[in-house]
Amino acid sequence: MDWRYFRRRSLNIFNLSGSVVATIFGLVWLFWILWTTLSYGFAAFDWTLFTQNTPAPGGSGGLANTIVGSLIMVGLATIIGTPIGVLAGTYLAEYGKGNLMGSSIHFINDILLSAPSIIVGLFVYELVVIRLGHFSGLAGALALAIIMLPVVIRTTEEMLRLVPNTLREAALALGAPRWKMITQVAYRGALNGILTGILLAVARIAGETAPLLFTALNNQFWSTDLMQPMANLPVVIFQFAMSPYQEWHALAWAGSLLITLSVLALSIVARILLRKVRMEQS
Amino acid sequence: MNKRIKQVAIAGAVALGLLGGQAQADTAINGAGATFPYPIYGKWAEAYKAKTGVGMNYQSIGSGGGIKQITAKTVDFGASDAPLTVEKLGEIGLMQFPMVMGGVVPVVNLDGVKPGELKLTGPMLADIYLGKITSWDDQAIAKLNPGVKLPKEKISVVSRADGSGTTFIFTHYLSKVSPEFKDKIGNNTSVSWPAGVGGKGNEGVASYVQRLKNSIGYVEYAYALQNKMTYTQMQNKAGKFVMPDSASFQAAAANADWAHTPGFNLMLTEQAGEKSWPITGATFILVYKNQEKPETAREVLKFFDWAYHHGDKMAEELDYIPIPDAVVKLVEETWKKEIMAAKGGAVWTDALIQK
Amino acid sequence: MNTDHSEITDRALRRQRLLDRVFEAATVGSAGIVLIILTGIIVSLFIGGWQALSAFGPAFLTTDEWNPVTERFGALVPIFGTLASSLIALLIAVPISFGIALFLTEVAPLWLRRPVGTAIELLAAIPSIIYGMWGLFVFAPLLSEHVQPWLQAQFGDLPVIGALFQGAPLGIGMLPAGIILGIMIIPFITAIMRDVFLTTPQFLKESAYGLGATQWEVVWNVVLPYTRIGAVGGIFLGLGRALGETMAVTFVIGNTHRLSMSLYAPGNSIASTLANEFTEAVGDLHTSALIALGLVLFMITFIVLALAKLLLLSLETREGTKT
Repeated sequence: MDWRYFRRRSLNIFNLSGSVVATIFGLVWLFWILWTTLSYGFAAFDWTLFTQNTPAPGGSGGLANTIVGSLIMVGLATIIGTPIGVLAGTYLAEYGKGNLMGSSIHFINDILLSAPSIIVGLFVYELVVIRLGHFSGLAGALALAIIMLPVVIRTTEEMLRLVPNTLREAALALGAPRWKMITQVAYRGALNGILTGILLAVARIAGETAPLLFTALNNQFWSTDLMQPMANLPVVIFQFAMSPYQEWHALAWAGSLLITLSVLALSIVARILLRKVRMEQS
Repeated sequence: MNKRIKQVAIAGAVALGLLGGQAQADTAINGAGATFPYPIYGKWAEAYKAKTGVGMNYQSIGSGGGIKQITAKTVDFGASDAPLTVEKLGEIGLMQFPMVMGGVVPVVNLDGVKPGELKLTGPMLADIYLGKITSWDDQAIAKLNPGVKLPKEKISVVSRADGSGTTFIFTHYLSKVSPEFKDKIGNNTSVSWPAGVGGKGNEGVASYVQRLKNSIGYVEYAYALQNKMTYTQMQNKAGKFVMPDSASFQAAAANADWAHTPGFNLMLTEQAGEKSWPITGATFILVYKNQEKPETAREVLKFFDWAYHHGDKMAEELDYIPIPDAVVKLVEETWKKEIMAAKGGAVWTDALIQK
Repeated sequence: MNTDHSEITDRALRRQRLLDRVFEAATVGSAGIVLIILTGIIVSLFIGGWQALSAFGPAFLTTDEWNPVTERFGALVPIFGTLASSLIALLIAVPISFGIALFLTEVAPLWLRRPVGTAIELLAAIPSIIYGMWGLFVFAPLLSEHVQPWLQAQFGDLPVIGALFQGAPLGIGMLPAGIILGIMIIPFITAIMRDVFLTTPQFLKESAYGLGATQWEVVWNVVLPYTRIGAVGGIFLGLGRALGETMAVTFVIGNTHRLSMSLYAPGNSIASTLANEFTEAVGDLHTSALIALGLVLFMITFIVLALAKLLLLSLETREGTKT
C-alpha cells in the first residue's frame, strides 16, 4: 500500500516540477533572445542610424532610408488593410452570423491568419510585380496589407460580438437605420477592441520579411517613390546579416533592435487597450 | 465623426500625394546581378551619386539573377560574370561588354594559418570540391605544405547556393584542370556540389567561411581583402605557385584578346605566364540592343563611361583590374553601333563621353 | 404649419434604406475579398507552377535532384527539409507547451499566471527575423563549439541513432533549424492548450480529487482526455506555423539541396528555397518549379490548418452543449 502511494506522490511531484522546468525552459529562450537583441543592438546604436543611408559594402552608414521605407509601406498597408478588415469583420459579426458565407469566410480567414507569408509574397509578385514589370514599394505594401487583413478581421469580429445585443436593439428600437446602428453604436462600443486589433496587425507586419523579398526588393539609396524598389528594414537586416562585413553586421543588429522595440511597444499598448476592453465588459 | 473622417482622409491623400510626387525628383538607374563586382560597383555608385546626383541602385543577387532580371526587363541593366554566348545574346536581344576584371581565390578558415601560407594545386582543389579529399591532414595537402600546421579535422566545404558567375569562373577552371570534375560536376553558373553548405552570393560564402571552423570556400578577391580572410596560393599553368594580387591578375589579363572575340565572350582561366593567377575572370554588363527608354539607357551608359574613365583608382584599391583603354574604346564603339533607340538613332554618341 | 411630413419621411426613409444597402454591400464586398485572396493565391500558384508540374508530373514530388542547369527539378529535398524541421520542432514544442500549459493552469499561484502567460506570448510577438539573427550569430556558434561535438562523441558511433549525428559540426543545418522552429511555435501551442485545459468542467476534476487523485493524475486522466481534441488542434496549429516559417529557418538551415539523415547536415526547406532562389531563378522552368513548390507548401499548410480549425471548432460546439 505504502509504496504505491509513494510512487503516485513522487510521480505527481515529478511531473509538476517538470512543468516548472518546462516554463523556465520557455522563458530562458525568451530572455536570451531579448537580451542578445538588446545588447548587440544597443552596442551598435548610433544616432547616425536615422540620418545616414545604408552604406556600400565595407563603408559606414545608417539605416535612414530603410526606416522611412518600412514606415511608408507599413503605413500604406495599414491604410489599405484597416478599412477592408474592419468592414469584413463587421460583416461577420453583424450580417453573417449563422449563414454559410459567414461561417466559410470565418473559417478561411482563420486559415489565412496562419498561412505562410512567403506565399503571399509570391501571390503579389505574380499579380503586381510581373504586371508592372518591376519591383515596387506599392507591391510590398499590398503584400503587407494582405497579411494584416485576417488579423484585423478576426479581432474586429470578436470585439463586435462582445458588444451586448441590448445596445443594438435599443438603437434599432429608436428607429436608427442598420448602418447607423453599426457605425455609431456598435463601433463605439468596440472601438478599443478594434484599435487593439489594428495595433496587433501592425506589430505583426512590422517584422515581416518574406513577403517583401520579391515585392519591394530593396534600395541602396533614399527613395520614397512607391513605384520603385523601396528600402526596408527587414530585407536589409537579412542581407546584412548574411554578409561578411562587420559594419553591416552591426547595422543588422541595430535594425533588429529597432524592430523589436517597435513591436514590443505596439504589443504593450495593445495589451493595455485590451485590458480596458475586458474591464468594460465585466 | 464624419468631419473627423474627412479630415483624416484629406490629410492622408495629401501626404501620399507629396510622397508620390517625390518620384520625379531623383533619377535612378536600376541594375542587378553578379556579386563578384559588387564591392567596386557599390563604391562607384556612391562616388557617382556624390558627383552627379544620379543614383545607381544595384542589387547584388548573383549572375543568374542578373540575367533573369534583364531578360524580364525588371531592371535597366544586368550584370554577370558568366558571359552569354553570341546565340543567347541574339535570342534575347542583348549586348554584353566587360566592365572590370578580378580573381577568384580559395579562402580557408584554419587556426594559425596565415593568408597566402597554404599552397594548393588545381587538381587538389577539384578533389576537395568533389568530396574525394575530406580532411585537412590528407597526405596530398600535407606533402605540399610541409611547414603548415594542418588539423585532423574534416573539411567543411562552402560553395554557392545561387546562380553564380563566380561559380562559372571557378568551375570553368576546375573543369580545365580535372577531367573527373568536368565529367561529374561540369562548368556552369549552378552545379550539383556533392558536399558542403551553400552561401548566397560572394557575401554568403565569405560569411560562412568566416563563421565555420576548418572550412574552405571560393570568393572574388576583394571579398577576401575587405574581410581580412585567409586566401591560399595556387599553382598556375606554368607550374609556379602564385599569390593572388593585382600583379598576378594583371598577368593573366594581359593575354586577353578582346578585339577578336565576338560578343566579348572571353574566359581568362588557366592563362599562360609564370606570374598569372589561374582563376581570373572578367565581369560583364548586359543591356538591350533595342532601347524603348533611350533616356534611361543613356544614363546607364554614362555611368559606365564615367567608371571606365574615372573609376580606375577605386578599382585598383580593391585589387580589381580595370579594362585597358584600348578595349574601352572598342566597347564604346560597339555601344554606338549596336544600342539603338526604338524610334531610331544611336543612343550613345561621342559627345557623351566624360573625360 | 402644414408641412407634408409623409413626403419628407418617405425621402428620408428611401435614402436610409439605400445607405443601408450600400453599407451592407461594402461589408459583403470586403468579406468577399478574403475569398478572392484565397482563390487568387491558389489560382496564381497553379498557373505559375503549371509549366513545372506538367513537365515533371507527380514525379516532381519524389525526385531529389534540383539542378537549375540541366533544368531538372524535384521537390523531395525541400519537402523533406520542411517536414523534418517541423517534426523536430514538434518534438521539442509539444512536451514543453504541455508543461507550460500545465504550469499556467494547475501549478502556478494565481498572481504568477498572468505575467508568465504574457511572457510566453511575447515569444510569439518576436518577429521571425530576430530569431534568425539570434540563431545565426549566437545559437549556431554555440552548437558548433560545445553541443554538437559532445553529441557526436556520445552518440555518433551507436548503430541506428549514430546516423543522426554524422558530419562536420557546422552549427547550422537541420538541428538548429528544428530547435529554433520549436521555440517559435511554443507560444501558439501553449495558448491553445491552456485555453482548452481551462474549459474542463470543475465538477469533473473535483470528482477525481474527491476520489483521492493527485493533481497529476487529474490532469492525465481527466483533463487531457476531455481536451484531447482541442490539444491536438493546438498541435496542428503549431505545425501549420512551423511548416510555413521562412526567415528563422533560412538563416540557419544551410541552403543545400541534398538529402541526408544527419541532423548536422545542411538542407533546405520549401520556404528557404523560395527565399534564396526566387529572385535569381534563370529560365521559366526554374521559376515555375519554385512556384510549384509554393503551391505544395500552401496545400500542405492549408490542410494542416484546416484540420486544426475543424478540431477546435468541434470542441467549441461540444462546449456549447455542456453546461
